[in-house]
Amino acid sequence: LSATPEIPKEDGRPKWDNKFQYILSCIGFAVGLGNVWRFPYLCQIHGGGAFLIPYFIALLFEGIPLLHLELALGQYLRKGSIGAWNSISPYLGGVGAGSWVVSVLVSLYYNTVLTWVMWYFINSFQEPLPWSVCPLNENRTGFNEECYESTAVNYFWYRKTLNITPDIAESGTLQWWLILCLAACWAIVYLCTIRGIETTGKAIYVTAIFPYLVLTIFLIQGLTLPGATDGLIYLFTPNLDTLKNPRVWLDAATQIFFSLSLAFGGLIAFASYNPSKNDCEKDAVTVAIVNSMTSLYASIPVFAVLGFKATTAYCDCLDRNIISIINEFDLPEGSIMRQNYTSWISFLNSSYPEKIAGLELKSCDLQEFLDQSISGTGLAFIIFTQAIILMPGSQAWAILFFIMLFCLGLSSMFGNIEGVFTPLLELRIISKSAPKELLSGIICLISFLIALCFTLGSGSYWIDVFDRYAGSVPLLVVAFFEVIGVAYIYKIKRFSKDVEWMTGRKLNLYWHITWRFISPLLLLIVFMAFVTLQMQKPPSYPAWNPKYEGFPMKEEKVYPPWVQAICVLLAALPGVCVPLVAIFQLVKKKLRSKDPSFIPPEMFSCQGANS
Amino acid sequence: MLRTLLLTLSVVAITHAELCKPDAQNAFKVRISIKTALGDNAYAWDANEEYLFKAMVAFAMRRYSSKSTTQISNVLLCNVTDRVSFWFVVTDSSKNVTTVPGSEVEAAIRMNRNRINSAFLLSDKTLQFLKITSTLSPPVEPSTPVWLIVFGVVLCLIVAGIVFLIVSGIQKHKKKNKESTERENLEEKVEVTLENGIPCEALDLKAGHINGVFAADDERFTSL
Repeated sequence: LSATPEIPKEDGRPKWDNKFQYILSCIGFAVGLGNVWRFPYLCQIHGGGAFLIPYFIALLFEGIPLLHLELALGQYLRKGSIGAWNSISPYLGGVGAGSWVVSVLVSLYYNTVLTWVMWYFINSFQEPLPWSVCPLNENRTGFNEECYESTAVNYFWYRKTLNITPDIAESGTLQWWLILCLAACWAIVYLCTIRGIETTGKAIYVTAIFPYLVLTIFLIQGLTLPGATDGLIYLFTPNLDTLKNPRVWLDAATQIFFSLSLAFGGLIAFASYNPSKNDCEKDAVTVAIVNSMTSLYASIPVFAVLGFKATTAYCDCLDRNIISIINEFDLPEGSIMRQNYTSWISFLNSSYPEKIAGLELKSCDLQEFLDQSISGTGLAFIIFTQAIILMPGSQAWAILFFIMLFCLGLSSMFGNIEGVFTPLLELRIISKSAPKELLSGIICLISFLIALCFTLGSGSYWIDVFDRYAGSVPLLVVAFFEVIGVAYIYKIKRFSKDVEWMTGRKLNLYWHITWRFISPLLLLIVFMAFVTLQMQKPPSYPAWNPKYEGFPMKEEKVYPPWVQAICVLLAALPGVCVPLVAIFQLVKKKLRSKDPSFIPPEMFSCQGANS
Repeated sequence: MLRTLLLTLSVVAITHAELCKPDAQNAFKVRISIKTALGDNAYAWDANEEYLFKAMVAFAMRRYSSKSTTQISNVLLCNVTDRVSFWFVVTDSSKNVTTVPGSEVEAAIRMNRNRINSAFLLSDKTLQFLKITSTLSPPVEPSTPVWLIVFGVVLCLIVAGIVFLIVSGIQKHKKKNKESTERENLEEKVEVTLENGIPCEALDLKAGHINGVFAADDERFTSL
């Protein structure tokens, strides 16, 4: 942490205090909640250790090249996403606009996920934890019905946190406790991004490093839990047959892409604050490898804890069966233990089959409990919270876990906000004399007001909509145009000279091949496959409906047409910016070329290196 | 004498067997899990414990109906298994060979459940009266929810941080403005004294020179 005030360069552009801050910011942006709750799930369902093969191939041919491209671009042009793409070519300004729109949409809903994390965090200071017990019903004769039929953890998440409505069309009311937490979250984001990288650079030291500490603590504790080794063996046992399924390769490619937070414009913004002569090649490789290693490192404690939870559920299942048998046959306590359970069962089944059948014993299978896989918010707020109740000293573990999730999400928010903030600053939305604090305040306030929609009863359904449609397809489109734009419009020869000037050595053949051929091709294939898969899936969502016959199973409902229209809008809007801006520039050029007194701006602009 | 004694004993035994049997009217099944509750400190269930149980039930009946007619001998136990589980009934001493209605027994046990549990160092779960449900105690709720207090603390810290950063930003801005105006003043003073390498005081003191090149052109201009 430098104590001296920052000295801006001659062009007035702020810069990082030191290289470590920059690398840490990029790592913090890339390492997010997906590393903890999506990668382990993918590993589990796609054959354990075998998933690492397509994952690392995707990293090599898609992740690292695209990352290097963005960092080099930002560092050379020294502008945010919109300005940088305008510099490359006015016709490509739409690429920058598209990534700006995506950053805005993602920032809106991402902070609401952090709101949920904060809500759980402030509820972790109670004894007992509020998601461990069911509340009583009105006349105190039993437990609340909704809670009793599902579990206490489910009840706390769906009722006490979200207060979810049974349908996306039913908006419900604003949940005041979520509004409070949302305000606090946006206040924290404002506090950390108040002066751009000057303040995020300081905050990143905590938010980027703390999660690693907590993961290590959970790793050590998780490995001591009973059943942890079962979970780990289950996770890492490779099943090479899954590699024949093309779905696995698609998931690996999309996971690498979304995990590195490419095409948001945030990485370009971060790199633009660097000194020009900085080795962006090494930076890109470093960030990509650290991100992947973090995913692997995070999956170890996650699976240790999941293995522990599965073992506990299995033991509970056995114990319940044992109690039923002992009570039915009036056998002394301790006569049937878990070890001799199977021999007892076979003996009793042969002697008293009707009695055993009458007990309706559940079959307890450890493999079945391990197979229950889930990703996303369900992993954190339902599965993990359930596992934390079973650990001794649950409050401490809960507090640590939720602070870690909060830091992971916050450092990704910094990148998102930077992707929104830097282009706006360059577009001179507010006058230069007005302080930066005002612009960041306006951004945070407007985002808070819009994000209030997500605190409605149907809010979490809307967040799923945004996540599935705004945070996926547009990024692939923008990234594809990024690579094509640099490789074929700006021309690789020119770009390689720029990179050579920055790093001081010639561009490797690997970069030439990947930027020109492999990455665009891969992105195109991934985009087609992804869209095809999404279209094949019916646009349905799982709804939590206590009045459903199959409750506590979720009810599959189809999106109403107006919601489907919004989905299409969200997916298409950023991508459509690219051709729209190109057409707009073309029309502008044609109109101006008709005006003889006008001197075309190409005469003055030096495309590429400026300032 | 001996014969009458034998006769009364057998009558008592038969009535006992008739009144107390599994699923008899007004009979309750009890299930005790001592090992689960106490682990290594578990005591063995023997005749003395049964006597204590009878005493506790009699005590509960006395407290409930507040007439001191129930005796320990009114409580009949039967079918004790290794589990440990057994059935019991409470006979009515005033009426012959009848049992106290189940609702009364249930109410009495429910009223004194705590006392009965603590006599055996057990809880509602480990000393189960199978047909008698226990009222669940509500969770202790503090007047202000804990989470609101934690939230207040967090929010205060955030607001303090924001105010501090804004104020320090304004101060830095003012200091920068003051510094830049001071620097401007300094530069002006320096410039004033050295313009074009010639000290201005020198220029001011000197009388103006007439430039011959332009002086000649004066005649070409029309005079006003």
